[in-house]
Amino acid sequence: MTDKKTITIALAGNPNSGKTTIFNNITGTRQKVGNWPGVTVEKKEGLIRKFGYDLKIVDLPGTYSLTPFSIEEIVARDFVLDESPDVIIDIIDASNLERSLYLATQLREIDSKVLFALNMADVARLNGTKIDAEMLSDLLAVPVVFTVGNKNEGIDNLLQEAIKLAETAPAEKEKRNVKYNKDIENAISKIQNLIEEKVKEKINYKSRWTAIKLLEDDKIVKERFAGKTGAEGEEILEETRNLRTYLLNHFDEDAEIVMTDDRYGFIAGIIKEVQTTTARDRVDFSRNIDLVLTNRFIGFPIFIFFIWAMFQLTFTLGAYPMDWIESGVNLISSFAGNIVPESLLKDLLINGIIGGVGSVIVFLPNILILFFCIALLEDTGYMARAAFLMDKIMHLIGLHGKSFIPMLMGFGCNVPAIMATRTLESEKDRILTILITPFMSCSAKLPVYIVLAGTFFAAKAGNVIFSLYLLGIVLSILSGRLFRSTLLKGVDAPFVMELPPYRVPMLKSLMIHMWDRSKIFLKRMGGVILVGSVIVWTLSAFPRNIEYSLDYSFEMNRVNESFNLKIAAAGDEDKEVFKKERIAAIIGLQKAMNAEKTEKSYMGRIGKGISPVFEPLGIDWRGSVSLLTGFFAKEIVVSTLGVLYSTEGHDDKDALKKALRSSGMTPLSALSMMVFVLLYLPCFAAISMIRKETASFKWTAFSIIYTTSVAWIAAFCVFQGGKMLGFL
Amino acid sequence: MLLSEMKQGEKGVVVRIAGKGALRRRLLEMGVVKGTEVFVEKYAPLKDPVELVLKGFHLSLRVEEAAQITVERSLQGTG
Repeated sequence: MTDKKTITIALAGNPNSGKTTIFNNITGTRQKVGNWPGVTVEKKEGLIRKFGYDLKIVDLPGTYSLTPFSIEEIVARDFVLDESPDVIIDIIDASNLERSLYLATQLREIDSKVLFALNMADVARLNGTKIDAEMLSDLLAVPVVFTVGNKNEGIDNLLQEAIKLAETAPAEKEKRNVKYNKDIENAISKIQNLIEEKVKEKINYKSRWTAIKLLEDDKIVKERFAGKTGAEGEEILEETRNLRTYLLNHFDEDAEIVMTDDRYGFIAGIIKEVQTTTARDRVDFSRNIDLVLTNRFIGFPIFIFFIWAMFQLTFTLGAYPMDWIESGVNLISSFAGNIVPESLLKDLLINGIIGGVGSVIVFLPNILILFFCIALLEDTGYMARAAFLMDKIMHLIGLHGKSFIPMLMGFGCNVPAIMATRTLESEKDRILTILITPFMSCSAKLPVYIVLAGTFFAAKAGNVIFSLYLLGIVLSILSGRLFRSTLLKGVDAPFVMELPPYRVPMLKSLMIHMWDRSKIFLKRMGGVILVGSVIVWTLSAFPRNIEYSLDYSFEMNRVNESFNLKIAAAGDEDKEVFKKERIAAIIGLQKAMNAEKTEKSYMGRIGKGISPVFEPLGIDWRGSVSLLTGFFAKEIVVSTLGVLYSTEGHDDKDALKKALRSSGMTPLSALSMMVFVLLYLPCFAAISMIRKETASFKWTAFSIIYTTSVAWIAAFCVFQGGKMLGFL
Repeated sequence: MLLSEMKQGEKGVVVRIAGKGALRRRLLEMGVVKGTEVFVEKYAPLKDPVELVLKGFHLSLRVEEAAQITVERSLQGTG
């Protein structure tokens, strides 16, 4: 038994049972975070070597049961059923024995090797609850190990027991499972007998378990059963339907309800024998905190303060490292500029790759801080309270209270906001939140508003910008309601949520959380965003041989020479004046050349090509081109406008404003353009995050098309409506 | 009476859970079964959802969800 082999250990348990802490303690930083195939539920696993074995630890999603209602439950159950881990460690929160045992009995029913980790029994004991572990172990025929996750106690013992269990022969048939009442048991044995007689070889699950699930009308098991057993299976399903009807008449309840009752009855029996609760004068620490944090009067102010603080930390504190990264990127690009010889490759490297990836990687500090804060909210238990406070409001849009956080984050940056939707349990809520978050005006759009509103609305700029933010919020609410009643129809996910006791967070686990999520962001950098940067660069850098309307280099030489003559002829005082004039003239020519280069690049041609689409919105071809480049990052809209109006890098800060004013843009068309910028497709980084988080090309495409259509329609209404009302 | 009609600080015992589908199953699985004692800890500042204490843990439900649960109020149970 000493030869090395890999043992797969799955960790199961209720949410908040301390499962993640134990997982972190076992695996440390050697964990791999990914998604379960096909769904966006986080999958964590870690490979470690201990006691001469390779242990593969898989963290199953935290669930209260294995009834396949949520994706988490489906994922957890499928793993247990189909991957047959060698051992399942069920982590049981000692303060919540009764509820924890519900999942435990279901795991027992599947017939896998289960080991109980009785976690945080020290806390339970303080609260007056004592658990007789030996008795529990005897009654359920399951080994029980005491652990204290947050103090890293009992972990080695747990692993040793798990290895021992994995190495013992499959458990003998004699096991203590839930016994249902007589009518249910009769029905189960009828179905079980039929299964054993007719289709035994065709199904891979245990016959009693299959019978129980069929009787419970478990959709997934039924489908798989029908798929594998054909006509004979159909007979069994028919018989099951009859039995269910009989039981319904008999109990006046669906069979699964009666069975759940029975399980709790069975559990109550166990509890009576193993748990003693002394005096109830316990001090409920969490309850006292909640007297303040969910207080009727100060609950909201405190919540708003926390959110404000999180926002401040993320975007104010984050601004410093952002600057450092920016200067770092500049340093790298100037260093590369010095050592790489002048060539197309150099342009690609500096403007395409370094510039492109650099413009997205600056978000890393924001993301690190934001996810640290979110991990803090989650690990302390405050996130559940935030959902408790906000649910009434969010429910109006058809969303869960927890959706508030990602939507709020959208005002900062959509990339972390979309990632923050991972905290939502229901897939529908998650997709809905991802679809409407882009309407929250992100901070990169602000420079665009500042330039346009500042130019055309002067004193009223503040009001205009505020109205834009408001418009975004209103449209996100309307869209939310629209999607809820059409595309993402269905009953709202039940809110039923545990308010876990407050806990002091562990730094290690906060760091792991933060890092896991930031890694996802960094991986994007290396992949999609890199490719995207190259594409954008290619579009704006090609074609190389532009036919300029003017031979700029010839013209520059001519100007240079004529000034040289002038300078030579002039007196000392005039010399300086001429020198300055010469520089200005040459820069002017260079800018005109840059503008023409942008205009004639593929990007510019596409922009010009699509400009008829923007004409009804009052946006000219320069606007179209800059909106197009804004796809890469919204603040680029401003710099592209700068290039196109040849004012980029101008000493006169108001140059762009002057150019805009004299370009024929009116306050109305500026407003229309701002509305478009507010609503149109999310930037490249956000889109790639949408793709990642929805795990669906369809939803990503839908998001792009929907936001852009809404933007066009809204801008159209603003421009044409305004024109009709006589504004200009 | 319905659980949603109970006031803060009142205690009751679950008699019946109405409704269908996911909500009902979820409630049952969280331990809200017949005979469970529930204590109404508080209502959220906007009067929805409601926080309950049962089987030693805190559970929050929307008021409309609590309206699916019939309870019998325990007389001595205010505190």
